[in-house]
Amino acid sequence: MSLQEEETPEIEADESELEALLDDLVVDRDDHMNAPAFVIRPDSVQETLGRLKNEAGYDHLSLVTAEEYPDRYESIYHLKKFDDPTDEVSVVVPTDAENPVSESAEPVFRTADWHEREAYDLVGIEYDDHPDLRRILLPETWQGHPMSRDYDQDRPQMVPLREHANPLQEDQRSDADSDTMFVNIGPHHPATHGVLHLETTLDGEQVIDVEPDIGYLHRNEEQMAQNGTYRHQIMPYPDRWDYISAGLLNEWAYARAAEDLADIQVPEYAQVIRTMGAELCRIAAHMLAVGTFALDIYGDFTAIFMYAIRDREKAQNILEDLTGQRLMFNYFRLGGVVWDLPEPRDEFFQKTREFVDELPDLLEEYHDLITGNEILQMRTVDTGVLPTEVAKNYGATGPVARGSGIDYDLRRDDPYGYYDELDWEVPVEDGCDNFSRLLVRLREVEESAKIIEQCVDILEDWPEDERNIQANVPRTLRPEDDKEIYRTVEGAKGELGVYIRADGTEKPARFKIRSPCFSNLQTLPEMSNGEYIPDMIAALGSLDIVLGEVDR
Amino acid sequence: MSSERELFRTDDAKVQTDTRDARMSGQGDRFNSKLREAFGSSPFILTKFDKFMNWVRGSSMFMLQFGIACCSIEMMHTYAVKHDLDRFHAGVPRASPRQADVMIVPGTIVSKFAPRMKRVYDQMPEPKFVVGMGSCTISGGPFQEGYNVIKGAEEVIPVDIHVPGCPPRPEALVYGVAKLQERIANGEASPVTVKPYELEQFGDLERDEIVDELASEIDEEDLVMRYNWADSP
Ligand code: SF4
Repeated sequence: MSLQEEETPEIEADESELEALLDDLVVDRDDHMNAPAFVIRPDSVQETLGRLKNEAGYDHLSLVTAEEYPDRYESIYHLKKFDDPTDEVSVVVPTDAENPVSESAEPVFRTADWHEREAYDLVGIEYDDHPDLRRILLPETWQGHPMSRDYDQDRPQMVPLREHANPLQEDQRSDADSDTMFVNIGPHHPATHGVLHLETTLDGEQVIDVEPDIGYLHRNEEQMAQNGTYRHQIMPYPDRWDYISAGLLNEWAYARAAEDLADIQVPEYAQVIRTMGAELCRIAAHMLAVGTFALDIYGDFTAIFMYAIRDREKAQNILEDLTGQRLMFNYFRLGGVVWDLPEPRDEFFQKTREFVDELPDLLEEYHDLITGNEILQMRTVDTGVLPTEVAKNYGATGPVARGSGIDYDLRRDDPYGYYDELDWEVPVEDGCDNFSRLLVRLREVEESAKIIEQCVDILEDWPEDERNIQANVPRTLRPEDDKEIYRTVEGAKGELGVYIRADGTEKPARFKIRSPCFSNLQTLPEMSNGEYIPDMIAALGSLDIVLGEVDR
Repeated sequence: MSSERELFRTDDAKVQTDTRDARMSGQGDRFNSKLREAFGSSPFILTKFDKFMNWVRGSSMFMLQFGIACCSIEMMHTYAVKHDLDRFHAGVPRASPRQADVMIVPGTIVSKFAPRMKRVYDQMPEPKFVVGMGSCTISGGPFQEGYNVIKGAEEVIPVDIHVPGCPPRPEALVYGVAKLQERIANGEASPVTVKPYELEQFGDLERDEIVDELASEIDEEDLVMRYNWADSP
């Protein structure tokens, strides 16, 4: 991208500073397309990350990627800054093939806890002094690590259906010997937004411990992507990560990574269409989030939920006109979009305009019904508190971070598509509670509407013979061997990223998904310990998780 | 409102008094179907109790509120304003399996979830029916090749109606449910086939390599589900 070339000198300067900072720790250098990468010894992970975090300001551990090479295992820590997400650095930790053990980053970044557990589960790297290294996505009794090279996929497996421990047993009591009770919520429960299992320990009415147990929807998305060719076979899968209609936003995450990897320039016209489509998806996703949040809080399956679905339906209708599908759009192609706006264009524009124009009034209704409602306020203000620093430490992003006062939005801070040409704002609330997260979502809908309106204006005036929806893309894409890239976009739930390592074939050698919900869900215990159960349910609802994305 | 404005009064001459009169004097014409005529003066019918019960079952279905994956989003739309499954006497989703008689399985079933799903299914009272929604529930759909994905709900529980699509549109699901109702009203139900993945006690399993490997971790009495990926379709 041209933007990057201009910035090159600055990055160089940063790099030498970093080299000086990590001088004694670095054993080798590597270069990822998105960031400089430092190779370190497996026993200096905490030291390196600590220095990068405290002295160089890399306070956002975005992703941990684990992969297996023929001769070694590798964990990659992708670091960013909350102040400037374009300032990235990767830390590569190779470990030997026989005995893959490396130091855990958990003491430095809390979020590494789950990321490393996943790396252990799927790839098989072990992390020294990790607080709780067990399987996270697959059942405990699973044999082997499915993303490792010698895994035999046809091998039989066994999964137990255990009763959870008897709550009256001695070992369920807490230290203070108060009356604790163990409650399973889910994996089949209307308040868990899908197949999530919460192992909750109660002391009287209060939650003293909650442990999300995930993996009930682990559909091997990464493996699926690794089995597909870049050009066409991967694109349908992103639709199924965050399936709450955020399809285009997810597709963009893959498109952005793959396009940069293969050096494809997307025509501007296609970028505008993408931007418009993505924001329609955001509205649809937030509508459902708001509807189900109200459902969690008042158990209101009637009014608010129906209002939300009614408005979502409108966004979906427009998206259906645009893409031909209601939910799984599969509309982006590498280098553009699959087809132009539907004919007659006027009708489409008018429909979109009408939707956007009436949104402010509709939002007024939501504010009347929800945010202005005393019961809801009593239930959400000052409950589920997630302080700013804690949110950063857990790598929370999206409305969850913005509800905790973190002014971080990749559409603005790491611009892609057409966003930097448009006029809109990033809503931030500093209440850090359930209410703030709700407010952020509602305000984001308003901003999305602004973006859509501007896109419609631009598209309407676009000269007919310059409507170029596709760049020239070779029939098969074969990015060079060992090219690595990590790119993120702002999904409906937060920072959605894709890491790809190419190996010279038409399929990626490693495809890793950074899902915002995975990191966001990790904050649940912080928000709900000490609260009542209904507040925990509210906190869970305010996180707006999608299990398809948590489990991938 | 200004008080000078005249109060609104219905103009009796303009309303359709025929209908009103008919209502006031007992059964209106429009209630008199051909069938009613055939019955003559006695408004009773005789039917088999089973037939009647089947009709009742098909006409009042309690769906389990069960969301698994992407398909469940379309399922929610089916329940909600525009498509309104309630119009087809199949509307109110129940949160507990104990109160439901239809389970719509909307999504991908993976190894960790399958035993739980079976448990939920087992908790539903008889007679119970299952609508499989989407390609994943039929065959594993786009994820069929995955290392962890069950190749269709039918490997675990019996399914009465399959609604294909990824995801099926709400209209398709409504159609599937209507078909199921039709079948129930006719007294048809799918045979409960023997499924490859059943829950068994760990102690009852044949001692093979995996059982030996897991013997220290799993209790004899634990229920387990054994997945034989190579042999499933
Ligand atoms: S059939 Fe398609 S839409 Fe339905 S759960 Fe499977 S992947 Fe999702």
